[in-house]
Amino acid sequence: MSTAVASRTRGDDHPAVSGRGSLAAYLVAFALVGLCLAPAVYIILGGFRTNSQIIRSPAGLPDPWEIGNYIGVLTGEVFWQQLANSVIAAVGTTVGVVVLGLMASFVIARYPFKAKHLMYSLFAAGLMFPVTVAITPLYIMVRDLGLTDTLAGVILPQIAFAMPTTVIILVPFLRAIPKELEEAALIDGASRLGFFVRMVVPLSLPGVTTVGILAFVASWNSYLLPLFLLSDNDLYTLPLGVQAFATQYSVDTARVLAFVSLSMIPALVFFSIFQRRIISGLTGAVKG
Amino acid sequence: MPWRRWAEIALLAGPGVVVFVTFVIVPVLMAGYYGFFDWSGYGIPTEFVGLRNYELILTDNAFLEAMWHNGFILVMSLILQGPAAIGIALLLNRKMRGRDLIRVLIFVPYVISEVIVAIGFSLMLHPTGAVNDVLDRIGLGGLAMDWLADPDVAIWSLMLILVWKYIGFAVILMLAGLQGIPDELREAAAIDGASYWRTQWHITLPLLGPTIRIWAFLSIIGSLQVFDLVYVIWGQYVADIAGTSTMATYMVANGRISGEYGYGSAVAVVIFLISLVIALVYQRYVLRRDTEGALTEGVA
Repeated sequence: MSTAVASRTRGDDHPAVSGRGSLAAYLVAFALVGLCLAPAVYIILGGFRTNSQIIRSPAGLPDPWEIGNYIGVLTGEVFWQQLANSVIAAVGTTVGVVVLGLMASFVIARYPFKAKHLMYSLFAAGLMFPVTVAITPLYIMVRDLGLTDTLAGVILPQIAFAMPTTVIILVPFLRAIPKELEEAALIDGASRLGFFVRMVVPLSLPGVTTVGILAFVASWNSYLLPLFLLSDNDLYTLPLGVQAFATQYSVDTARVLAFVSLSMIPALVFFSIFQRRIISGLTGAVKG
Repeated sequence: MPWRRWAEIALLAGPGVVVFVTFVIVPVLMAGYYGFFDWSGYGIPTEFVGLRNYELILTDNAFLEAMWHNGFILVMSLILQGPAAIGIALLLNRKMRGRDLIRVLIFVPYVISEVIVAIGFSLMLHPTGAVNDVLDRIGLGGLAMDWLADPDVAIWSLMLILVWKYIGFAVILMLAGLQGIPDELREAAAIDGASYWRTQWHITLPLLGPTIRIWAFLSIIGSLQVFDLVYVIWGQYVADIAGTSTMATYMVANGRISGEYGYGSAVAVVIFLISLVIALVYQRYVLRRDTEGALTEGVA
């Protein structure tokens, strides 16, 4: 996160470029943005076309504009059901990561006991185990706990896999809270727990927001885990649902595009609201 | 320490540790254990087969090909994304109108889920899809091809999609790295008469080193895990034919899908060991030069 601060304060004092260099820079930037957005635009516009339009001219524009595909998806139950499942999974994961991560990080950051280094190393070691490596036995574990085909069975492992990054981001944050503040609170009669609830939680809000947003985005896009753990169509989150929809309506391309673009929109809206935090969080998480 | 202190520690750290150990540490250890058994996933594994699963994996051509594909993705990701990302970051590090907006927009692909990306691209790259249509219209119809099914082309199509999706992240990282380089250094070089490109080459690039090395590390680890895109676009069996299978798609097809949980676990262990060896070698010989960074501390 230090990098984000640095970028904001330093950002504007770079030398301006003028003349040809600047024109070339704009052209390259423009082409780049175009390439990055083209597939998303193709998906969104494709949803406004009919299948015969798509067959006649695969890369054309809607002519005439056809909103039937979007209406069809929006008036069906499948999309809303899957949207709700995705929201539940993402919110559950985010809340869980924030609460459990903040409490564990607080202990590691501010309680003097020997095992805390061990605890930190344990969480940090988790960085080396991506979901891919653990997914097969994880499926067995979740099944034996009776949690397959429940959203809790997706949420709990997602919390667990988000813990390493969370702890690594939050511990330095919590360590930075001045000791004097804690002493003052203790003198005023607050317990250590009271200090945690009343002082630490509000003070660590920026770090918590970053961690929460990262967990939310990861859950929203998560595919492998729900693929293993959810077989009940009614519990499908959007990534699983999008794939199932595309298979089911493989001949109805326009409808698939409408479904795909509708399921893309929540993530894009979320990103446009929190883009600063997402970007600084990701670069901060990497650079420390 | 008073008991009360210990109770607080248990209350605060307990839940997080329990969830983490249950769903990350134990499954990883179990993968190591199950890998020695021929096991269909029900009851307690009893049929101990020693290292036979590992023998089978390492002599299975399908796995070796998948491993080769991961290696290809790893190398090509570094070659294709690294220089481009640095170039783009240098470009965007200038004072230009709309720079913040451009930064956000090139990051959009990174935020879209791989499943959506996979479905969008599989429609566009279809033989009668938008990409061939565009090529036709601009007079390059000769270049039109079956992007996803032709075994000579498919892995390059996969690379194209991966680059499209992940280069924004690389650019953003490089930009963050560039902002940490004091302008005074570049100004000094300019005053000494160095051209723009000479300055970038001799001043900026070396100072960007730590960022480049961290990015490369993340890219390498990511390349070894590629799954979603391949699995959604090709599915395991087509991926074998099209030449885009990865170690992870091999693991899912030969573990979960075929009900061989012992074998699937052994594949997971192989993937983990390959990643671990590469990560340790990288840390030992490359990242050691950078003393700072949460990631290096975290893993080491």
